[in-house]
Amino acid sequence: MPKVTRRTVLSAGVAVAGVAVDPVNALSTAHAATDTSAAADAAPAAAGAASSAAKGVPCDLNVNGKARSLSIDPRTTLLDALREHLHLTGTKKGCDQGQCGACTVTIEGERVLSCLTLAAAVQGKRVRTIEGLAEPGGRLHPMQQAFIDHDAFQCGYCTPGQIMSAIACVNEGHAKTDVDIREYMSGNLCRCGAYPKIVAAIKQARGQMERG
Amino acid sequence: MRPFAFQRATDLTQACRMGSATGQGQTDSAAQFLAGGTTLIDLMKLDVLRPSTVIDLGSVSSPRESVSFGADGLILSAFAKMSQVAEHPLVLARYPVIAQSLKLAASAQLRNMATLGGNVLQKTRCPYYRDPSWKACNKRAPGSGCTALTAPNRNHAVLGVDDSCIAQYPGDFAIALIALDARIDLTGPHGTRSIAFAGLHTAANGNPHIETTLRPGEIITAFHIPAAGWMRRSLYLKVRDRESYEFAISSVAVALNLEGDKVQEARIGLGGMAYRPWRAKEAEAHLAGKSLTQAAAEGAASAALAGAKTHGHNEYKPELAQRAIVRALLEAQALKET
Repeated sequence: MPKVTRRTVLSAGVAVAGVAVDPVNALSTAHAATDTSAAADAAPAAAGAASSAAKGVPCDLNVNGKARSLSIDPRTTLLDALREHLHLTGTKKGCDQGQCGACTVTIEGERVLSCLTLAAAVQGKRVRTIEGLAEPGGRLHPMQQAFIDHDAFQCGYCTPGQIMSAIACVNEGHAKTDVDIREYMSGNLCRCGAYPKIVAAIKQARGQMERG
Repeated sequence: MRPFAFQRATDLTQACRMGSATGQGQTDSAAQFLAGGTTLIDLMKLDVLRPSTVIDLGSVSSPRESVSFGADGLILSAFAKMSQVAEHPLVLARYPVIAQSLKLAASAQLRNMATLGGNVLQKTRCPYYRDPSWKACNKRAPGSGCTALTAPNRNHAVLGVDDSCIAQYPGDFAIALIALDARIDLTGPHGTRSIAFAGLHTAANGNPHIETTLRPGEIITAFHIPAAGWMRRSLYLKVRDRESYEFAISSVAVALNLEGDKVQEARIGLGGMAYRPWRAKEAEAHLAGKSLTQAAAEGAASAALAGAKTHGHNEYKPELAQRAIVRALLEAQALKET
């Protein structure tokens, strides 16, 4: 029996729902669930766009210490490259417009929004995502542990972005006071309103990161 | 997002040549330069910008250091990230208004991405420009009209507007630059030139789809901010709907040269208020040679907004701007000289 994961259950559910509603579109619906570039492909072609555009551009990334080589549609954002091509789904798609911070990753150690970054523009750079934080043995990064210790989330959707941003915030030296933490974490929205606990978690991890 | 050809420029000369298909100061050119991407990728996803070619400047090395000082003052590379300059100790110490205008903009992530050159060219946040389902927008679709004139327009401009467009310039850094008389270096396919920053953004003038005086293929390479007496006291005050990570509904860049209580020279830039980066020269003139009292500050503020034109929901703006100007002037006066 193949291993059942939350993701495979969700994909299967989407496909079944598609069959129930409209058998003709079932396949494309299932495809859309795993590859958002399908939606982009449906957009009307811009007049005069070079035909090479659709063929893909080479993109070599180092993600969490592993070299990854992709050939991608130039429209692919780093967020979609991580989630849909490299199957690193820890990085979340929130607004997809650079307004919520759920997609925060680091490039060369600096926190950025992967939804507004074209993957092709990250050529040759080092990317770190939430999957790259824990030690190989499973021991969590102090910031991950602090978020658990302080229950710094409810639904958890913004959490990977919060944690990536929080680690950078400490490394930048912007987590010295509560006021600083609130200001320099303002790019990460939490609709559940777990902000006080997020601040507490960052203060706990700050101490451990500075000692470590 | 529509398909486009992705081209990676390896140096400035090549980038300018590749970009020679960019329009004259137009927002909707077929070829677009990609720097930090925080505006371009966003607007391409929204189907507002539809370039057929995107020219990546990420591998182009800056012709100068991020922050340096010359005989005439501060020089900033246009390729520098906002965060690099906002945190630079010498910028913080000698040009507080510049550092503050950068730090109070966007979020830590966006400031790590956005370059200074891209930042001053960011597009308006007008919701009718950003959403193509609104048919009328002269900036997006020349000649189609302006939805904002009669639709909700709470954060639309009141200065420098005409009936073709009341979109507001959203940036902060540009407000400090215009107050401080900055100049910019440009490199294009036909060589380099230097212009006043005040000459970069054009008035709506019935053609709001043309936003700058940049020529095809031109790239901003540096900002020069003169050192002068008015840099001794400077600050950036930003009033917004939430405390952080929000565009201004009113902002003020102030730099003061005081001799005792008397104003030798005042520099005042207004953000969150105008169609383009705005320098309040009437207010500066009002203060020259006067003691900086509450009454004098109020007189200057009133002069700054004398030409304001409101359109309903933004009627609150002129009074908000006046209060912000008074507060910024008096707070700058109370600063210790740097």
